[in-house]
Order: sequence, then C-alpha cells, then structure tokens
Amino acid sequence: MPGASDPGFDTLALHAGAAPDPATGARAVPLHLSTSFVFESSEHAASLFNMERAGHVYSRISNPTTAVLEERVAALEGGVGAIATASGQAALHLAIATLAGAGSHIVASSALYGGSHNLLHYTLPRFGIETSFVKPGDFDAWRAAIRPSTKLLFGETLGNPGLDVLDIPRVAAIAHAQGLPLLVDSTLTTPWLLRPFEHGADLVVHSATKFLCGHGTVVGGVLVDSGAFDWEAASAGSGRFAELTQPYAGFHGMVFAEESTVGAFLLRARREGLRDFGACMSPHTAWTILQGIETLPLRMARHVASTEQVVRFLAAQPMVARVGHPLLESHPDHALAQTLLPRGSGAVFSFDLKGSRAQGKAFIEALKLFSHLANVGDCRSLVIHPASTTHFRMDDAALAQAGIGPGTIRLSIGLEDPADLLDDLARALKAAEKAAP
Amino acid sequence: MKLATGGREGYAYTGGKAFDPALPGVALVHGAMNDHSVWALQSRWLAHHGHAVLAVDLPGHGRSAGPALPSVEAMADWLVALIAAVGLKRVALVGHSMGSLIALEAAARLAEGAPGVEATRLVMVGTAFPMKVAPALLDTAVAAPLKAIDSVNAWSLSTLAAKPANPGPGTWQHGAGRALMRRLQARYAQAGHGNLFHHDFAACDRYTGALDAAARLSCPVTLLLGAKDQMTQPKAAASLAAALRAEIVTLPAGHALMAERPDAVLAALR
Repeated sequence: MPGASDPGFDTLALHAGAAPDPATGARAVPLHLSTSFVFESSEHAASLFNMERAGHVYSRISNPTTAVLEERVAALEGGVGAIATASGQAALHLAIATLAGAGSHIVASSALYGGSHNLLHYTLPRFGIETSFVKPGDFDAWRAAIRPSTKLLFGETLGNPGLDVLDIPRVAAIAHAQGLPLLVDSTLTTPWLLRPFEHGADLVVHSATKFLCGHGTVVGGVLVDSGAFDWEAASAGSGRFAELTQPYAGFHGMVFAEESTVGAFLLRARREGLRDFGACMSPHTAWTILQGIETLPLRMARHVASTEQVVRFLAAQPMVARVGHPLLESHPDHALAQTLLPRGSGAVFSFDLKGSRAQGKAFIEALKLFSHLANVGDCRSLVIHPASTTHFRMDDAALAQAGIGPGTIRLSIGLEDPADLLDDLARALKAAEKAAP
Repeated sequence: MKLATGGREGYAYTGGKAFDPALPGVALVHGAMNDHSVWALQSRWLAHHGHAVLAVDLPGHGRSAGPALPSVEAMADWLVALIAAVGLKRVALVGHSMGSLIALEAAARLAEGAPGVEATRLVMVGTAFPMKVAPALLDTAVAAPLKAIDSVNAWSLSTLAAKPANPGPGTWQHGAGRALMRRLQARYAQAGHGNLFHHDFAACDRYTGALDAAARLSCPVTLLLGAKDQMTQPKAAASLAAALRAEIVTLPAGHALMAERPDAVLAALR
C-alpha cells in the first residue's frame, strides 16, 4: 500500500534519491558540477578507493547529482540501482561489456533501433562478440539461437519500426530456463507505461534522451539492474558469469557476487565499465533529466492520450494505407499490448501514406507543428520520413525488407493541443494528395 | 571463506582479505532475511584495518547451507562453533536485529568459558527485547510472503535518500533490500526447506533468553539504535539496555542502520 514508507510512482518521480541538501537546505536537487571531491584524510581517500567506504571520488565513477538520477530511475523501475551513461548507446554497450567479451554471443530481437542494430551487427563482431537476430515473436527461434557462449538475450519493449510488443514473460522464461538474463530496452515505454522487471526482465536500458528527459535537450542513458538474476546459481550451472563470480584482477581480486549479493552486476559495471570505458553522464545532463522525470507521469499520460487521438484520426483517412500502433485491433500485437501495456503503447509510431516517395516528402514539408528531425520522445511533436532520410540509400525492395514503405512516416506525438496536431496532419495529408503524379 | 561446522557447509565473508586468526576478530551477524552483504560498508573497512572479519551467512541464508537452525540459541551455538573452528582467541560480537540476539547469546556462551575464546565486546544494532512479531505479519508471511517482504522492507527504511548508499552511489536502498529478501526466500524454498521469512521472524518472536544471557555477560556492550526505527523501536530496547548496563548510541536512521548510516555505524564499531 503506497504511503510514507512505500511511496507510489508519482511520489518516487519527485522524491526518490533526493532529500533537502544537508549543507544548504536546498530543496531541489543541487547541481554538483565538480569533477572531484575532497578527501577528509589520507585514510579516508584510501578507504574510498578500496570500496571500504562509500562516497564520491571522481565524477567519471560517481557524482552526487548523477547518483540522484540513478537512484530515481532505479526506484521507478523497481530495481536495486542504476548507472547513468553518456547516451542510450553507452548504456547498452556498458550492459553488454560487463557480461560479454571475445567469444561471447548474444541473442537479440531483429526489431531494434538502428543504432542498437549497428552496434550488435557491425561493431561488436570486431571485438569478438556475435549476435543472432530473431523475430521477437518467434519463441522457438529465441530458444534455438541460444549457444553455450550466449551471455544474454536482448529486445526492445516496443520494437522498431513496427512496434512489435516484446512478450517479456515468455522471452524471460526462455532466458531463465537456460540460466541467462534478459536485457530490455525500455526507451519508448518508460517505467510509467511498463516496468519490465515485474514481467521477468533482469536488466533495463534507457535512452534517457527521449521521454525521461522529455524536452529534447540532452543526450543520456541509464542502465538499471533488477537484482533478481542469481549470477552465482547461473554460473554454477554453466560457468558463464565468471566476470561476477570469480576474482577480478582489475580490482584486487574482488569477487563482485561476494561483495554484493544483489548488486554484483552494477558494481562491476561501475568499477570496470565506467572506470575503463569512461562513457559517464555529465552531472548537468543528469540534472536536466531529473527535471524531466519529475513530470514524467503527467507528460506520459498526455503523450499517450494525444497519440490515441492521432492514431484514430489517421486510421480513418483515405490517404493512409496503414497505421502501425498496438492500440488498433489490426496490429498483430494488439492483444499482448492490452496485457503488458494497459496504460498505452507509447507515443512513437509509423504509418504508411498511399502514393510515392515524392508524396511522402510533400506530406512532411507541409507540416507546420511537427518538427522534421531525427529524434523521438520530445515534448514537441516530431516527424521523419525514413525513405528520404535515415534509409534513403535503400531501394523500395530493401525498404520493404526493413518493414518500411516509400510512404512510411514516423511520428512522435508531443504535448501540443491535440486538435492542433490533427489540423496540422489534415493539411499535410491534403498536400500529399495533391502531389500525386 | 567456506567453512564446515557441525557437518554443515557455511560461509563467512572476510572483507576482501585473507583471514588471519591472529588478528583481533570481529564477527558480524546479519538479521532475519539478510546475509553478510548488509555489512558491506563496515566489514571491508575492518578487514583492511587490522581485524580478522567473519561476516557470516547464517545457516540457510546466502551461501551457507540450509535448513536454517530452529532458534536463536541454536544459531548462537553454531556461531560459537564457527568462531572456535577458525582459531580466533578474541572476538568482538556484532549483530543486527535477529543477529543481535544471536550475538548476545554467543557472548554469554563465550563468557562462560566455552570454547576458550574471549568475547571482547558486544554491539547490538537495531535491537529490542522481547523481539515480538505481530501475529498478522507472521500470518502474512505464510499466506503472502512477498507482501510480507515488501512490508518489512518499507518499515526497515526511514528515508528515500540514504546517502552515500550501500554499497555505493546509485543504489536504490528500497530495491536492494527487497531484492535481497526475495533472493533468500526463493533460494530457501528452491532448496526444499520451506519459508525462510516465517522461520526467521518466528525465531525472533519465540526468543525469551535475553535477560538470562545478559546476566552471564562480562564484556562491555553497546546498543546502536535507530531513532526512526519502526521494526525495533528504541524504547523497546530499554529493559535490555538496563540489564546489560549498555552504552547507547542513537543514530538518525531506521532499522537498516548499516545501509542508512554506514559511516556512523562503522565509527561505533571502530
């Protein structure tokens, strides 16, 4: 029962990880723009370096402002802790690099954000980490792709570009049956729409650039650990997770699973991953994202409510061939979305215009409120035409393979008056119609 | 460090250092539904500052084999045997919550001369006597143990912003406490031993020996209490403190003192 000892989501969004500053009384989270923090004594310095005591040393490893963000996101997700990173991509890399090395293997959903696909498909093989891609709803394929060298399964709560809903309970069960963790990218849903840990996921990454920040101002990422995955038990069965269960020469022979029963993964990620790869978040970025999170519940409610209006409007337009949003019964994952995403399936989706690429461009150029740019999750509504931008090198056949048509348009619905958004879309649809050859 | 005591496989974290019984010993005993990791920000420091640290996992908890022992007294017998087995001659006994009662019983046994180990000090953290448990909580522990875990976790913490967080920045203490209890409950059930939550809290509830143990003690005693503790309120330790003639140190913390005030707890142990 929510209350002072066990607060609800909206309260946590405002208070988790932060109290009035003991030094100044400041009520809002202070921005600690400081690279480093003074030691009380030589003995204090040594004990901080050796993890005998907790505290801040250097802002690549931890920072008081960034720690508030980490604790707040962990609270909202129901995790044991989190690490803020320079970007969502850095969060994904940190998760993988903490568990995997040369010779390791990953099984991933094929419906991924392009940047994540690039990392897994093109870049990580250069470092000896292979990935097998499977359709997110093909459970036999998930199972069959697992190898002795597999270290984790990975998918997005809402896949790109078709908003495939990841059946987290089923994929988590497949992972756990093989002693593997499930890592989930929850960027498009945020914990307000879906808390993946409650459905069996073990690790979550966010591009906090999107809805968590919510204002299109800073780039950042967060990696959250549920603390539920038993690395020692999994390692005993397979020998897989020696990174967490065996002495680590890079930190005085520390065995992370001995140091912290439920925080071993984050200890290694911070003490090795942040220390050595260095993709930390700026405290200023953390502070900005905290401002966003304070209104996350209010904003997400408005995002999904306006999205529903836009989706239903577009679905009724003769110029629109298809709207790909799970709230429509025509979407293949409509039923699953009703179960996993009762508050809504997010505010980013694509639809197909009838007609040519030129008509798609005409539609985009006629929009006045929707901003044409490559981002999602802003408080302002956004639009992009993949065929003429992110995927412009592809011919129509290759686009179709990627689930994108010449008239596919991606929208990210913002917080403007919904009537103004519908008006903008209606005008642009008319322009596209007129642009027919 | 793995240990075999009384035919059981046990485990004690030694603070990231090889265990040397020639050093002054410190035995750290966790409470109900916890393990050695609750002492992370005390045990590692002590081990690196001249102490032989035994942060034990009680039988059935963490890495020590189950089933759990049936009473506070039985757990104290196990602890005394473990301390003797590792060759310590002098040991400070430190316990949290249920572990404080175990430490008290163990200190009384050592004061009586068995098994040739001197208890130099007793520190009881987050303690009370009697440590009665509400019947409703014991019922919930049987009917809905995850709900009981959530309740105890919430009652154990007094703040949404424990700094610097245990074991370090970025840790959400509420999530960490819940995850640890869920892990221990699940492992115990999977091993076929039953309901660890109910076992531990029932053991606290049944324990009646504190005043008798206090009368047998000879070492100095400190009670380390949380001013905002909802699980073992400071006033519930008053009769015990009197019987022990104990020094009382009160910290602005809830029941999870080691997590909420790690440096102050360490200072009290130094």
